[in-house]
Amino acid sequence: MATVSLTVNGKAVTANVDPRTLLVQLLRENLRLTGTHVGCDTSQCGACVVHVDGKAVKSCTTLALSLEGASVTTIEGLANGSALHPMQEAFREHHGLQCGYCTPGMIMAAVDIVNRRGNDLDEATIREDLDGNICRCTGYHNIVKAVAAGAEAMGKAPMRQAAE
Amino acid sequence: MYAFTYHRPATARQAAGLLAKKEDAKLLAGGHTLLPTMKQRLASPAHLVDLGACADLRGIERKGRNVVIGAMTTHAEVADSAIVKEAIPALAFLAGHIGDPHVRHRGTIGGSVANNDPAADYPSALLALGATVTTNKRKLTADEFFTGLYETALEEGEIITKVSFPVVSKAGYAKFRNPASRYALVGVFVAKRGSDVRVAVTGAGEGGVFRWPEAETALAGRFATKSLDGLKHKADGINGDIHADAEYRAHLIGVMAKQAVAQATGK
Amino acid sequence: MSVTGIGAAVRRKEDHRFITGQGHYTDDIDRPGQAYAYFLRSPHAHAAIKSIDAKAAAGMPGVLGIFTGDDLTADKVGGLICGWMIHSKDGSPMKAGPHPALAQGKVRYVGDHVAVVVAETLAQARDAAEAIAVDYEPLPAVIDTANAAQAKTQIHAEAPDNTVFNWHLGDKDATERAFKAAKHVTRLDIVNNRLVPNAMEPRAAVGDYDRGDGVFTLYTTSQNPHVARLVLSAFIGIAPENKLRVIAPDVGGGFGSKIFIYAEETVCVWAAKKVGRPVKWTADRTEAFLSDAHGRDHVSHAELATDAEGKILGLRVKTTANLGAYLSTFASSVPTYLYAPLLSGQYDIPAIYCEVDAVYTNTAPVDAYRGAGRPEATFVVERLVEVAARELGKDPAKFRMQNYIKKFPHQTPVIMMYDAGNYAASMKKALEIIDYKGLGKRKRDSARQGKLRGIGFSSYIEACGIAPSAAVGSLGAGVGLWESAEVRVNPIGTVEVLTGSHSHGQGHETTFAQLVSDRLGIPIDNVSIVHGDTDKVQMGMGTYGSRSGAVGMSAIFKALDKVIAKGKKVAAYVLEADEADIDFENGNFKVKGTDRTLDFGSCALQAYIAHKFNGQDLEPGLKEGAFYDPTNFTFPAGVHICEVEIDPATGVTRIDRWAAVDDFGVVINPMIVEGQVHGGIAQGVGQALLEAARYNQDGQLVTASFMDYCMPRADDLPSFDVGLTVTPCPSNPLGMKGCGEAGAIAAPPAVINAITDALGHEEVTMPATPQVVWRAAQKSIRRMAAE
Repeated sequence: MATVSLTVNGKAVTANVDPRTLLVQLLRENLRLTGTHVGCDTSQCGACVVHVDGKAVKSCTTLALSLEGASVTTIEGLANGSALHPMQEAFREHHGLQCGYCTPGMIMAAVDIVNRRGNDLDEATIREDLDGNICRCTGYHNIVKAVAAGAEAMGKAPMRQAAE
Repeated sequence: MYAFTYHRPATARQAAGLLAKKEDAKLLAGGHTLLPTMKQRLASPAHLVDLGACADLRGIERKGRNVVIGAMTTHAEVADSAIVKEAIPALAFLAGHIGDPHVRHRGTIGGSVANNDPAADYPSALLALGATVTTNKRKLTADEFFTGLYETALEEGEIITKVSFPVVSKAGYAKFRNPASRYALVGVFVAKRGSDVRVAVTGAGEGGVFRWPEAETALAGRFATKSLDGLKHKADGINGDIHADAEYRAHLIGVMAKQAVAQATGK
Repeated sequence: MSVTGIGAAVRRKEDHRFITGQGHYTDDIDRPGQAYAYFLRSPHAHAAIKSIDAKAAAGMPGVLGIFTGDDLTADKVGGLICGWMIHSKDGSPMKAGPHPALAQGKVRYVGDHVAVVVAETLAQARDAAEAIAVDYEPLPAVIDTANAAQAKTQIHAEAPDNTVFNWHLGDKDATERAFKAAKHVTRLDIVNNRLVPNAMEPRAAVGDYDRGDGVFTLYTTSQNPHVARLVLSAFIGIAPENKLRVIAPDVGGGFGSKIFIYAEETVCVWAAKKVGRPVKWTADRTEAFLSDAHGRDHVSHAELATDAEGKILGLRVKTTANLGAYLSTFASSVPTYLYAPLLSGQYDIPAIYCEVDAVYTNTAPVDAYRGAGRPEATFVVERLVEVAARELGKDPAKFRMQNYIKKFPHQTPVIMMYDAGNYAASMKKALEIIDYKGLGKRKRDSARQGKLRGIGFSSYIEACGIAPSAAVGSLGAGVGLWESAEVRVNPIGTVEVLTGSHSHGQGHETTFAQLVSDRLGIPIDNVSIVHGDTDKVQMGMGTYGSRSGAVGMSAIFKALDKVIAKGKKVAAYVLEADEADIDFENGNFKVKGTDRTLDFGSCALQAYIAHKFNGQDLEPGLKEGAFYDPTNFTFPAGVHICEVEIDPATGVTRIDRWAAVDDFGVVINPMIVEGQVHGGIAQGVGQALLEAARYNQDGQLVTASFMDYCMPRADDLPSFDVGLTVTPCPSNPLGMKGCGEAGAIAAPPAVINAITDALGHEEVTMPATPQVVWRAAQKSIRRMAAE
């Protein structure tokens, strides 16, 4: 066992874990943050995407111990209190989810796209940048709409974005 | 995963020390090949030496006629680097098309090069640009470095510290993605430095990344897509799998080479 | 239409928990003292098990128990079942081999369950499983669908020639006569590629056993928890129904693969009692690939007969269907009664004859996957019709319209009585959306860029709302296919609806609530939908076959009728009027011709306090239940048109545009319906362009991860233009037909028809990967050069 200290959703966390523990296991099993999901074993589906130091990563392919001192944001930490993040709001408004399983990773990936590419996103860019997230329900049509709308809304809500 | 002991050195020197001292130790860079392999229990190192905290292995700088990239620099950092975009835009383009955005946030140039996956993108850039791989022990040219499928000239205890790319006059990269894995089914990197033209092919070779001399000769005459008209790579030595047989892959080498030249020449 | 009623695009009530990471999926459930199961799976496609030595493994750290098939037998745990009896042409019942949850003497596919280890941690369970010594005697593997019946190796002693049944439907003689009279016959050999459903949530199960009262609880990723309980109780013998609770919480997609009762949940719930601890199992993706029931996998020869004017005279199909190594829960129904009765498509075809040989192979079991039989039928019909139009030199849209059924009801030669539709209306609307008139110019523009452009049609029909119980009973179903509902009105007028329909992405918590809000005139937030727990919902048949609207909501509709009727009785006492004079509208009970009203909430309160009536004359309370058994299948139908552009240099097919016009009858929530269409098309495009489950000749699944099995991603797909036409379904009270599978059924032939249009020949197989299309394009180029 070994100890790791990091920040998760703004709270300091210290955990004593088996070195094999992946970030997604730390989140789901130790911290009971079960919004982050596992959908594959080959780092492709993106159901496990969280932000580490502001960047989207696959928590199924990251050792918990490698995150000493890092700041992790999960889907549970995206909303500002009871106010939904604009990207969450956009996924609901545009029916960007069905079974909900890929949704947390999809939303975290979407916020990351906006962080990297700004608020004015065309369809081709969104589709290309969703490369690391697989959805089996929606055919992506409404996810693409939701990401574009969420990106625009994030531009109009700078305070919220800063909070994230 | 099987159990292992985790180490997190702060410098490349400390990492080298651990690697020398610990039996059955493996280096962890971005982890996007090693960790899935360990999850499947296909790799089981006793010690894992994580290079993630080695600040001396990160960073991108322009040094004279070279762009020097630290081994732990992520694909995203290379893709977004103003230095790389200005000096060798094709290299930034390549880095920006590895895996997906999340993979690019963790995956590193050192990890990719050391693994020498036959479908990885970077080896083609190193080979075509005539890059130099610097380790904690020596310097190796790309031609010396890549020795076969998942094989490199790296020795026990050797750690890649940086990769140095000469700035060339023209370069381009085109990749035909494996539709499932998004690795390179065929990737072709072309580079022109003075009169020297190099064409490197990844994804297609039975023995990993390789150069295509016929295309190099053709392009040395005139560096234009037209020079490749009618030039076909033979299917011998090209690998085949459920996604693409050797004949199709060989054909794609020609198509991608043209696209790469078009990118390099802006046409 | 109110803002939350029928027809409104109400934003989903369930979304808040999913977008905030608060969903409750099976793997999110941890029971106190929980242990973990790891299944040791067969590395061989076919082998005799000579011995299993688990002694060393049993002593390893953390191990609580190791069990094999013998342990299940000793506890009288029965095998898995197939719930639909098919009889062969000669009248003999299908030849089903046993399907033990843990292997007994033999393994029959890679991934077959050999033993289970239960340990304190998953890693310990896996470590111990690796230490189990199994002595296998490998046997030759039977892999190919087309050749399984000729193989020398027999997979089940019960099934000679590896044949489960030789079944047929239709009038053979009449069809032969039609072909003799034909002016033209179109012939096609068709492979319907094998697929892996790949719901994003892998299957999982947590078994728990309460020693105090002897009750088992199973949390599982199921589309139909009541059917799971029924099978686990009545057939497998885990426990009587009253001692077995099955809970299917949030389920992350199903697409058919979570209908079935699998080995893993059976073993987990049984082992919970064995080890005295809750037992959890969650599939990793590789296990999902190996052991989830796969879909499709047909090999067919199909023929279409037409007369001199292009009128279709007859259709004949011979299909071999691969059912895998064991018969999964509904496997036998898929290539038979869910397939052949749809071979009339949208067309007036006087004579149809279909033969289906179902075979065992050493591959994972094959069962229903989104569409289940209907995509296979539609692919046969729509490829035949398209090719026939081309061979006859007719415009494919006009040829279809010429042969459409125009009068309803229409009795096809293959069981189905189509009740309503207007196929030409959908075609015309789709042609407008796709801009069919502009196709010529677009083709020329593409050609100038060195690209090949093609258009493909698909006029699909499906039979949904399954199904009238007596009808399916006569066809071999082991269960009735009604649905139940219970509407529980609380004293202040809020409502819980308990339904047997399970929601795993379909949005029932919203659409069902819309129906209740609409009919009772109460705010949608006052309605909660309860599903997925056998202790809460008395009985149900679950969600599949696009049945939740047409059947599940009809049951709710019926129960609401009863609630309103009871409410009128209460209101009559309260308003001191005759019951016959009470109307119910906009949430108010009203005495006809007066201004005396009682709102729904007050009526509910009066029903519970029972002060205004004598409890002997009228029962207090306001809670009604209903079972709804449909009177017919429903027949959603529509036209999808796909336009592709192919780069002959690489073989890459880009879908440029997609028009979908569907007739789902009355639509409750157009936003959700469109979402179902989008998702279905994506799965259909996946089948047509990207996806294939491939076994090598040794029976190893070479596409056992997302590295090799190509799932559709965002950049593989376009946005879709989706439109609706409406002919209400006459057989259910809401006029609904169902929308869940339409896209997956319609899409594959639309894509392949477009590609073959672009290439100018028919030799393209699914999935039409870049390599397949490149090679086919080479052929086109050679032919053009030769001409």
